[in-house]
Amino acid sequence: MISLTMNGLPVSVEEGTTLLEAARFLGFPIPTLCHLEGLTPYGACRLCVVEIGRGGKAKLVSSCTYTAENGLTVRTASWRVMRARKMILELLLASCPQSKIIQDLAAAHEVRRQRFRQEYKDCILCGLCVRICEEQMMAKAIGFRGRGEKRSVGTPFDVPSPACRLCGACMYVCPACQLRCTYNEPEKAICGSCANLSPPCLEKQEFHDMMCYMAPCVACEIGKR
Amino acid sequence: MERLASIEQFRTLQERVVADRDPNIPVVVIPAGTCGQASGANDLIRIAKHELLSKGLAEKLRIRITGCHGFCQAEPSVLIEPEGTFYPRLGIKQMMQIIEAASQGRVVEELLWRDPTTHKRVPKQSDIPFFRSQRRTLLARNEKVDPIRIYDYVGSGGYSALVKVLVRGNPGWVVDEAKASGLRGRGGAGFPTGLKWEVLAKARNGHGKFLVCNADEGDPGAYMDRSVLEGNPQSIIEGMLIGAYGTGATQGIIYVRTEYPLAIKHLVIALRQARELGLLGEKILGTGFSFDIQIVKGAGAFVCGEETALIRSVEGERGEPRQRPPYPVEKGIKGEPTAINNVETWANIPIIINEGAARFAKVGSPQNTGTKIFSLVGKVRNTGLVEVPMGVTIGEIVHGIGGGPSGRAKIKAVQTGGPSGGCLPVPMFDLSLNYESLAAAGSIMGSGGMIVMDDNTCMVDVAKYFMEFLKDESCGKCFTCRQGTQRMWEILDDITTGRGTLAQLDLLQELAEVVRDTSMCGLGQTAANPVLSTLRYFRDEYLTHIERKFCPATVCRDLFNYRVIAEKCTGCRLCLPVCPTGAMTGSKGKAHNLDRSTCIKCRACVEACKFDAIAGEPVIAAAQSG
Repeated sequence: MISLTMNGLPVSVEEGTTLLEAARFLGFPIPTLCHLEGLTPYGACRLCVVEIGRGGKAKLVSSCTYTAENGLTVRTASWRVMRARKMILELLLASCPQSKIIQDLAAAHEVRRQRFRQEYKDCILCGLCVRICEEQMMAKAIGFRGRGEKRSVGTPFDVPSPACRLCGACMYVCPACQLRCTYNEPEKAICGSCANLSPPCLEKQEFHDMMCYMAPCVACEIGKR
Repeated sequence: MERLASIEQFRTLQERVVADRDPNIPVVVIPAGTCGQASGANDLIRIAKHELLSKGLAEKLRIRITGCHGFCQAEPSVLIEPEGTFYPRLGIKQMMQIIEAASQGRVVEELLWRDPTTHKRVPKQSDIPFFRSQRRTLLARNEKVDPIRIYDYVGSGGYSALVKVLVRGNPGWVVDEAKASGLRGRGGAGFPTGLKWEVLAKARNGHGKFLVCNADEGDPGAYMDRSVLEGNPQSIIEGMLIGAYGTGATQGIIYVRTEYPLAIKHLVIALRQARELGLLGEKILGTGFSFDIQIVKGAGAFVCGEETALIRSVEGERGEPRQRPPYPVEKGIKGEPTAINNVETWANIPIIINEGAARFAKVGSPQNTGTKIFSLVGKVRNTGLVEVPMGVTIGEIVHGIGGGPSGRAKIKAVQTGGPSGGCLPVPMFDLSLNYESLAAAGSIMGSGGMIVMDDNTCMVDVAKYFMEFLKDESCGKCFTCRQGTQRMWEILDDITTGRGTLAQLDLLQELAEVVRDTSMCGLGQTAANPVLSTLRYFRDEYLTHIERKFCPATVCRDLFNYRVIAEKCTGCRLCLPVCPTGAMTGSKGKAHNLDRSTCIKCRACVEACKFDAIAGEPVIAAAQSG
């Protein structure tokens, strides 16, 4: 067992537990967008940062990747953590305001405005789809392309991958397009928000062979009709 | 080349190489690194060889083609040994003169380097201020060896450190020496090399441990690693061999960027020669020690200089960092323990072993030992690679070695540590250069880039330039680095085009601090430095841009108009022919006229004017006045 202090409470957790798991077990809420049980920790969304260490050596680390160490002092909601979290949410709102999850998180953290130039992107590049495709569906049909602002999710040269089994897991885990895929206006159903994943269904214009986990996925419903 | 089967055979070879040299025959040393070749060193080599053969001087004179010596301002240059005569900026004709003079033991007076202040000719390299104020431990060795001839290296004491280690036969001693030397990683973070090795030496030995030489030098304006690799690749190999002996590593990798073709070429040759001589591979020099090195070429992503991204790249995956811990020394290439050190760090290892850790630790300051190579570029008179003991001040480098400003404008700031470093103003020039002091001042040591800026540089524009670089080079994996650099650039772009607001300035500061706090790897954590340091030291420039919509350095083109100051203009007409659009008109002796509607603000007239009669003024004031 590993003994550490979390928000002033002495706690002990099993070896190999991440700070995120420990915090959630103890009931300290930490928001995440790129974390999902069963997938390897990725540390990309940076929402889950917590403050470790004391005094001048205190620093922020992503709790989803940091494993608990003996004697560690962790603060999950210090001033520094909250400032970072709010700024990240503000940045998320500035680029992807249509996501229900992001809106809810922003509201919960009292982020009520964003001060950057408004963009409407469909993907926050959290990598959940890429990881679920590789690690749980064993397909590795999609991956990342490009770097910096040109980074995107998809297949090489946008050619539908033969490895894709149309399972829909990528859309199921997506935090950015969840709202829009369950859109209730059929004529706007194919919003294109999943197009950044190059789902083969949109390419083929056929949906009957799509084994979609999403209920109700309007795109699939239309195809079946 | 015959494979050496024992340490005895190596010593015999070394003695033979030394004995074969006649110290009385003058040697014409031609530096031909990438920089030298670009400025014409290849022509000098061709002419020198031609002269030697056609005039039958082959017995009287030797030629040695080496890597860069560091004085880039003077390339292509020639050094005559053993006197140490230095000739800068040569052409083909001058080269012929020098060959003739050198074969007769003469000095060509009129081709010698001339001191710009005293106007006196200085014959010896060691008397030139640029070289005199340096302590050239690593760079001086570039002068002594031809990088593609291993015998040159062996003859100048090369591989003696390896032999010393092999004879001693105690790996723990090597790690202790590295620790005692106080050597810290020259890649920028300054982690003590000995400590890293100690962890690696203690790590479990499953399928082997890796040593990596990080030669993915991507900072704009920094090229010390390239010069060491090109000029003395054998010293890197020797350093890695010693490291491998100390830590029990079995495989070495040199990760070098493809943009360094000459360095790769020299490395390939050096590795082959070392292997043929039995200094690399199985059972080195007949001992039980085996180690081999391979080259991995990086495809050109800046972020691959970050160690976790480098590991991914070596494994053949996308070059993206991952969150540390676990550190590479626990879990690196293919999950095996890996120690990654910078080129300059490796080059220091043979020196430490040869002269002893205690002597090495005497150079520099107690916590920052040894020498460091900086690449001094920008608005200084002498640009090039300078090697100084750690702890000298910025002023000593910029004014002492650099020789002060290159133009008429005053030096305003120096940017250290590459794109993610910070800009330090003139009042900070007394700062002694070490890892801690630079970090406290809001900059970093980085790999050692040093860009000098004068009054014609706009600091907001500088921050924007570096942010543009970083936003393109961010791998995009972690959100704050990807979005943060983009949004910081966006705000800086607004400020430099006159759309900035004071609220945005606060937002910029806040965002920069969050990006520094929360990013995954070193790139993101330091990406805010250009913004934070300029905000800290040059806030007034930001305010002028926002409040007066004016760029005092006349760089941001939307924020100024040029105007002729009638009282200063003598009507010399010098600016008329340089104007590409004909916007400048006027007759001799009368103040000239600048037509704003056709002026493209190219700055040509400003550079041509000898009386500072053309100055920028705010756009709004210009609109009011006419």
